[in-house]
Formats: sequence, C-alpha cells, structure tokens
Amino acid sequence: MKIIYSFLSILLLILLLLPNFVSDYILGIFVLIFFYAYMGQSWNVLTGYAGPISLGHSLYLGIGAYISTKLAMDLGLTPWIGMWIGGLGAALVGLAIGFLGFRFGLKGVYFVLLTIAFGEIGRLTVLHLKPLGHMMGLFVDFKPGLANFHFRGNLPYYYIALGFVVFSLIVVRALEVSKWGRYFVALREDEDAAESLGVNVFKYKMIAIGISSFMTALGGTFYANYIFYLHPTSVMSMWVSIEIIMRPIIGGLGTPFGPLIGSLLLTPLSEIARSYFTKAGLEGIHIVIYGLLLIAAVLFFPGGIFAFIKKILKPILRESKQM
Amino acid sequence: MDLNLILQLTTSGFLLGGVYSLIALGLSLIFGVMKIINFAHGAMLVWGMYIAFTLMNWTGIDPFFSFAVSAACLFVLGYIVQRTVVNRIMTFHESMQVIAMVGVMMVLENMAQLIWGPDPHSPHTKYSLSTIWLGSIMIDTPRLLAFLLAFLIAAAVFVFLKYTDIGKSIRASADNRTGALIVGTNVNRVYAVCFGVGAACVGAAGSLLVPLMPVSPHTGFPFKLTSFAIVILGGMGSLPGAMVGGLMIGVAESLGTVFIPSSLKQVISFGIMVLILLLRPKGLFGGKG
Repeated sequence: MKIIYSFLSILLLILLLLPNFVSDYILGIFVLIFFYAYMGQSWNVLTGYAGPISLGHSLYLGIGAYISTKLAMDLGLTPWIGMWIGGLGAALVGLAIGFLGFRFGLKGVYFVLLTIAFGEIGRLTVLHLKPLGHMMGLFVDFKPGLANFHFRGNLPYYYIALGFVVFSLIVVRALEVSKWGRYFVALREDEDAAESLGVNVFKYKMIAIGISSFMTALGGTFYANYIFYLHPTSVMSMWVSIEIIMRPIIGGLGTPFGPLIGSLLLTPLSEIARSYFTKAGLEGIHIVIYGLLLIAAVLFFPGGIFAFIKKILKPILRESKQM
Repeated sequence: MDLNLILQLTTSGFLLGGVYSLIALGLSLIFGVMKIINFAHGAMLVWGMYIAFTLMNWTGIDPFFSFAVSAACLFVLGYIVQRTVVNRIMTFHESMQVIAMVGVMMVLENMAQLIWGPDPHSPHTKYSLSTIWLGSIMIDTPRLLAFLLAFLIAAAVFVFLKYTDIGKSIRASADNRTGALIVGTNVNRVYAVCFGVGAACVGAAGSLLVPLMPVSPHTGFPFKLTSFAIVILGGMGSLPGAMVGGLMIGVAESLGTVFIPSSLKQVISFGIMVLILLLRPKGLFGGKG
C-alpha cells in the first residue's frame, strides 16, 4: 500500500507542476481528462461499486448545471454555493428514480432502460422550458472572477478540475474501506446473498445513487462554467451519459483508479482524432475510429485496463513487500 | 376537441405504429434470444433507409419494392456484427455489453454519415402526396402501404420462426439455451442468423420509412428509443408483444399531440415505459420475463 501512496503523491506533484511546462491547448485537454475522470468516478460509485447500471447520468449533470447557472444568472448567487444546491436537487431526483427502480425491484437491463427513460424525459422537458432557454439554449454571461467561477484561460480550470478528481478519489477510497463500501460491493456481487446476510439492499442502493447523483451534479456546475453554453442536446442527451460511462468501463469498473486511467487514455484520443480528422474534411471518421477502439477495448480488456495493469504490476509489488 | 380529429390522429398513429412494430420486432427478437440490447438498432434503421434511398436514386426502384434489398443487406450486416462482436461479449458483464454495442452504433451511424453525408435528403415518390378519403378521415397512401407491408414482413418473420428448421432452433435457443445445446443445436450459427433476421426487420422498416420522412444519419436515434419503449410495453423478447406494443405506442404518441407539442411526443412513450417497468416489468405479453 505504501508504494502506491508514494507513487500517487509523486503523480500529484507532477500534475500540480505540469502547467509550467505545457501550452494552454494541452491544459485544455487535461481539463477535459479530469472532468471526465471525475464524472466517471461519480458514476462508478453507483454502477461500479453498488451494481445498478445507470445510462441516465446526463440528467444529474443537467440538473446541476441548470440549477447553479440559473441561481447565478437570476439571483446572483455564486456557483460555488449554487453547485451544492444543484447537487441536492440532483440527489433528490436520483433518490426518486432510485426509489422507483429499487422499490419495484428492477435489475439489469430493466434498470438501464428506466434510467434512459428518465434521462430522455428530463432532456425533452428542459428543451421545452422557456426560462431554461427553450430550443435556443442558455448562454452564460462571461464575467471573469473567482466568485463567478469564470476565468480566462485554462489554468484555473485545470486546478479546479484536478481538485475535483482528488476529491472524488478520496471519497471513493473512503467508501471502499468503509462499511457502506463493503455493503455496496456485496450488493454488486450477489444481491440475494447480501440480503440473506442482513444487508438492507434497498437502503444501500439508495445511498449509492444519492452520492452518485450528488457528485455528478457538482461536475455539471463545473461544465456549465467551463463551456458557458447549456443546451439540452449538448448536456442532457444520452450521448453525454455514454461519454460519462465509457471511461470508467474502459479503465476498470469498480476500481478507484479506473475512471482516471480510462480518461487519460480515451480523452486525448478523442480530442486528437477530432482535431486531426475534422481538418481533413472527414467529419465522423473520428467517431468511427473511437467506436472501433471501444469495441476492441471491450473484447481484449473485458475487466478494464486497470485490471490488466494490476496483473502486470503484481509481481513487482509483491517483491517490494518482501523487501 | 372534435371526434374527427381524434379519429384522424388515431388512424395516422396506428399506421405509423405498424412500422414501429416491425422495428421493435427486430429488437425484441435479438433480446429474446441473446439477452442483448441492440443499441445499434437505430443505426441499422438508418442503413436500411439509405440503401433504399440510394437504390431509388440510381435505378428508380421504389422503396416499397426495394425493402427486400435493404433487408438482405442488413441481414448480412447483422450476421457479421454478431459473429465479430456480439458473439464474443455474450458472457460479459452487462455494462461491457452496453459499451460494445454503443461502439457498434458509433461505427455504423458515422459510417453512414461518411458515405452519404450529414445533410438530410427528402426523396419524392409519385404517390408521396396522394391520399385516400375514408369518410371524413384522410389517409396518406404511403403510410397505408408502409403499414400493410410492415405487417406482411412481420408475418413472414413469424412463418419463418414457426416452420423452418433454423427458425425452430432460434425459438428453442431463446427458450432454453442449455437445452438447445444439449440436443445438438449449433447455437452460434443460430444466434448469428437470429441477429441477422432482427437486423433485416429493421432494415426493411427503414426502407418503408423512406417515403414518409427525410433521411439523415441521425434519424434512427429517436426510433431506437421509441422501440425500447415498445419492447418494454410488449414484453422483452415477446414478438406478438412487439407488434401490439408498436401499434399502441404509435397511437399514443399521435393522440398525445392533442395535448402537448409534437416535439414532446416521445415523453409519452417514455412515460408509458416507466409505468410498465414499474407495474409490470414483464410487459403486457411477457410470460416468463
């Protein structure tokens, strides 16, 4: 364990110093890497640890983004406070969906479809709400300043996003070693067995979806104040949910570092592919390549990249333990 | 609100619902046998549409005849997808299956965009504006034809499943995979054919939709989501359920436009889907779930 923590501290140090050495463009890619790692981690709490598969996390992202942005625009409330209100709003919605899904015992693909349905209902509703910009979308006025969560350049966003990732890692690690986390994993592995041993299945699934939707909404606030434009199609479509879940699955589901590893691999890839192939006038080919890579990743690393790395590192770690 | 409007909307929704049924039939068949949700279903619909559209532009063959070509092409596509991807992920964790199918969706959808371009096309057929009056109700001829053909194709699929050897094997594998293996069914081949037939259904449906609406690479997405709702309503894996569910969702969406804007009509399908999921997750016709 010690070797992992010291490795992580070094990694964090490198990441803290990185902005001194790279351009603003690269920093922008890192902001996205951290953002998707954080979103993936939030989703990982529910699906990776507790088990129910959600394909509707864009709903929580949207709720967080819209609540904090509306509070900032109409009431002048700083997004730093608004994000917690958005988080609570999303957690309430998440708990409501969880209540329906878990109380009625939906499992597997049935729960997936329930989350898709609520995600789409949310998107279509927002699309038709006048105060949220209707079909035009909502433009966030750019007012630079720490209190407004608006900054010039990528540097402040880089550190905030890094903070988000560290925060999510701490949360997940704390969960992993806690009673809740153990119960989550027990549910994921065998719900009936866990229940027969006295784990309150419903209660712990609710806790998992509550934490997960809350964390996702916090990321939504970040996204709104980084992109400055909210449209249901760009923040609440199923495509966004897919983007959120891809990285932890590729990296390693139910592992603390899976989302970050997945994001470190996939995000630059998608960015490079996008900028490279759009220039050549072949729109869409980057998504074809991206799709092929996803299929390949699933076929060849079904347990995620993290499991693969762990397997390679195991002998090394064991040696260091003996010394 | 007058009765005439309601009858009118019911009719047009019912007719479009026939095409919905055919799309959902393919989805339900694939799910019933392989327990995999085909997230590429919408993309396959788009391929069916483009194949019919291209044939019409090149040779002038009407989409209502060329559906056979679309179906055949999509059968091959489905067969290949099953053999290369689906067959290898059958035992994987459900989230992994979702991701792999999403990968297939991304590839197919954007290949269509690469080949045919991102702009929507609106083909014109000679009967595209013709209508039949039934009393005071107006019926679009293309819609009526699409409906009739969709049910004919569906009937053919039912006959295929009921009376051919491979069809029987498909039903047997859906019923009891281990049992089918024990009596010596080549399950892999059965699965591949089944995926092909499911894809052929949606390909034919795509062809039938060409005279009804513009073709673009992203047309398929809402249809895919609607067909999820239909399959849930009818019962996952239930083929008669898919047919009836398609008609019901078609009528419900169409009637819903009386109360809400038509761009919101999908909320109705999803609302129905949520209710069915909660109250009767096996669907109206699902037996064993």
